[in-house]
Amino acid sequence: MRQWLPATCLICCVWLIGFVGCDKSSSSVGSNDVLVGHVASLNGDTATFGVSADEGVRLAMDQINAAGGILGGRKVRVITEDDRSLGDEAKTAVNKLITRDQVCAVLGEISSSRSIAMAPVCEDMKIPMLSPGSTNPKVTQGYEYVFRNCFIDTFQGEAMARFAIEDLKLKRFAFLYPINSDYGVGLRNYVAEYLNKVGAEIVANESYAEKTDSDFKAQLTKIKAANPEAIFVTGYYTEAGLIAQQAKQLGMNLPLIGGDGWDSDKTLEIGREAVNGCFFTNHYSPDEERPEVQAFVSAYKGKYGGKVPDAMAILGYDAMKIMADAISRAGSTDPMRIRDALAATKDFPGASGKTTIDKDHNASKAIVIIEIKNGQFTYRAKIEPK
Amino acid sequence: MNLPVFIQQVINGLSVGSIYALIAVGYTMVYGVLQLINFAHGDVFMVGAVLTLVLARSLGLVSPDHVTQSWTAFAMIAVISILACGVMGYLIERMAYRPLRDKPRINSLITAIGISLLLEYGGQHRSVFGPTPQAFPVAMLPGIDQPLIRFGELVINRMDALILLVTLALMGILSYIVMRTRTGLALRAVSYRFDTAALMGINLNRIISITFVLGSCLAAVAGILYAVKYPKVEPLMGLLPGVKAFVAAVFGGIGNITGAVVGAMLLGLVEVMVVQYLPSGSQYRDGIAFVILIVILLVKPSGLFGKHVVEKV
Repeated sequence: MRQWLPATCLICCVWLIGFVGCDKSSSSVGSNDVLVGHVASLNGDTATFGVSADEGVRLAMDQINAAGGILGGRKVRVITEDDRSLGDEAKTAVNKLITRDQVCAVLGEISSSRSIAMAPVCEDMKIPMLSPGSTNPKVTQGYEYVFRNCFIDTFQGEAMARFAIEDLKLKRFAFLYPINSDYGVGLRNYVAEYLNKVGAEIVANESYAEKTDSDFKAQLTKIKAANPEAIFVTGYYTEAGLIAQQAKQLGMNLPLIGGDGWDSDKTLEIGREAVNGCFFTNHYSPDEERPEVQAFVSAYKGKYGGKVPDAMAILGYDAMKIMADAISRAGSTDPMRIRDALAATKDFPGASGKTTIDKDHNASKAIVIIEIKNGQFTYRAKIEPK
Repeated sequence: MNLPVFIQQVINGLSVGSIYALIAVGYTMVYGVLQLINFAHGDVFMVGAVLTLVLARSLGLVSPDHVTQSWTAFAMIAVISILACGVMGYLIERMAYRPLRDKPRINSLITAIGISLLLEYGGQHRSVFGPTPQAFPVAMLPGIDQPLIRFGELVINRMDALILLVTLALMGILSYIVMRTRTGLALRAVSYRFDTAALMGINLNRIISITFVLGSCLAAVAGILYAVKYPKVEPLMGLLPGVKAFVAAVFGGIGNITGAVVGAMLLGLVEVMVVQYLPSGSQYRDGIAFVILIVILLVKPSGLFGKHVVEKV
């Protein structure tokens, strides 16, 4: 009996701590605030996406509350759940936000794979979900309650391919894409579709496993032998940096062209001088001179100690504003009415561009092409939606 | 067949294989003396890399806007973290495995998995390191990513040459220790027959501790070289290299040091050749390497260099 005593005490303690923890969070819920959930990858492989998006969301929340809140003076309160860049965790997080915190709407995720994991949960629970930056078409397809605040990869893929052919005047291309990412595979296919349509040559087509692979030299050596003029790398920033480095080490001097998954200061930190001369498509550039962009950039810098906002930050910011606008127009926190209001969003003056949500629940916005020059992201061109 | 491409792939394969070899040797040595698969080994590899980064930061050698370019400084923090990993290897054995040594082997095996998970998920805690991959300060080593030899299309990188050299040198030192010193003799005796060696006056605890310290130091070296080659560090980075090195050790004949090195090099080569010569091979890179392994083990169950032991009843 005696040897069980310490164990029993320990279990009791853990149990009590659990209760105290519960009490704290349940007491803060139940005020008059409008609760909005945010699922974000604050940690893990794509941590900068979640951190930036959350900073954007919170900046918007502060501005909305400072301007008097919504629904006749009620404050907006965002509850953020971290999914550690894992699909399963995103699903658990959104479940928790809806069932325990009882949010009336959900923002998130940035990564398409994780938004695809969350979408059926929101659909089943009938809670509107607005993804700030997932570009894979599958995210919203066939759902009534799922929306996004950005362009989709059919447009992005075409923009990447057109830029390479028309602007860089290249003809021979290779692919290196993550086989285990909905975003990466989708974007690769849309780029390839356009290349095939205009008759450009695809000389190599290699893949890798996102999150686990670090060695790309075997693939790159094979690509090098096929002698392309550029490589489309449709993955996220961590691998993009490593791929650029290893390509340089193999003596390959050609541009890598990526999508919005490259937008993180980690691309520069991991890729260092090897990413100079590469290009990627993005949702915005902080260099744009539109007053909405500049107002956002200066507000963000003011709140976060001079940090330059990336695209995920501006998309998070806009997503929060669009959601607040929809809740105001719905006139209540009834999820069904918020859904209808979201679907009716038209010409919303977002910082990343005028936003209209179309019948497929997507927003059509311009694409910005970023060139990496001297270790910096610089604005190169802009492609307007059709 | 395009010869320069083939040679380039051989270099790529040997470079990857060298790192597997450094880890595999630790697996195989521990198995040799204890018949225990030390699953925490891949995580000691991770700690080696993480600790180097943490040291570089806390000593002010790297900060967001400044990097001290110095091979000596890097070598010093690398040596500190290698030694720290040696101590950690000792502690893991002393605290987690030794108390269970006379219990059924499955107990130690499960403890090993426990230690592995503790290091992986403990490391992911915010106050320890956090789960976010962070850039390794390769910039401390100026010119490391420059080519050493350029021969037409063929490029041998300084980094790959360094990794191969370090591996060969360490294997040389290790085989000297094992084959030519008294400690090595004791080590071989213990791996030959555990209890008889004790009867001959060999201090078992000491030999087993030495095995863990040596193995952990090699794993730390591998971790640091890996991080120099792929400058991204996170608490789960030991998972896949650890599994592959384990496979390489089994492939070469577990318990046999030469076998582990040869097995690791072959695994590295098979991986890159699968990518190069099979249609859409890059999708099956890891899969096919393991299929080949299964086939070899079916044909030769004790691995390439393993002795076939006949159990007498």
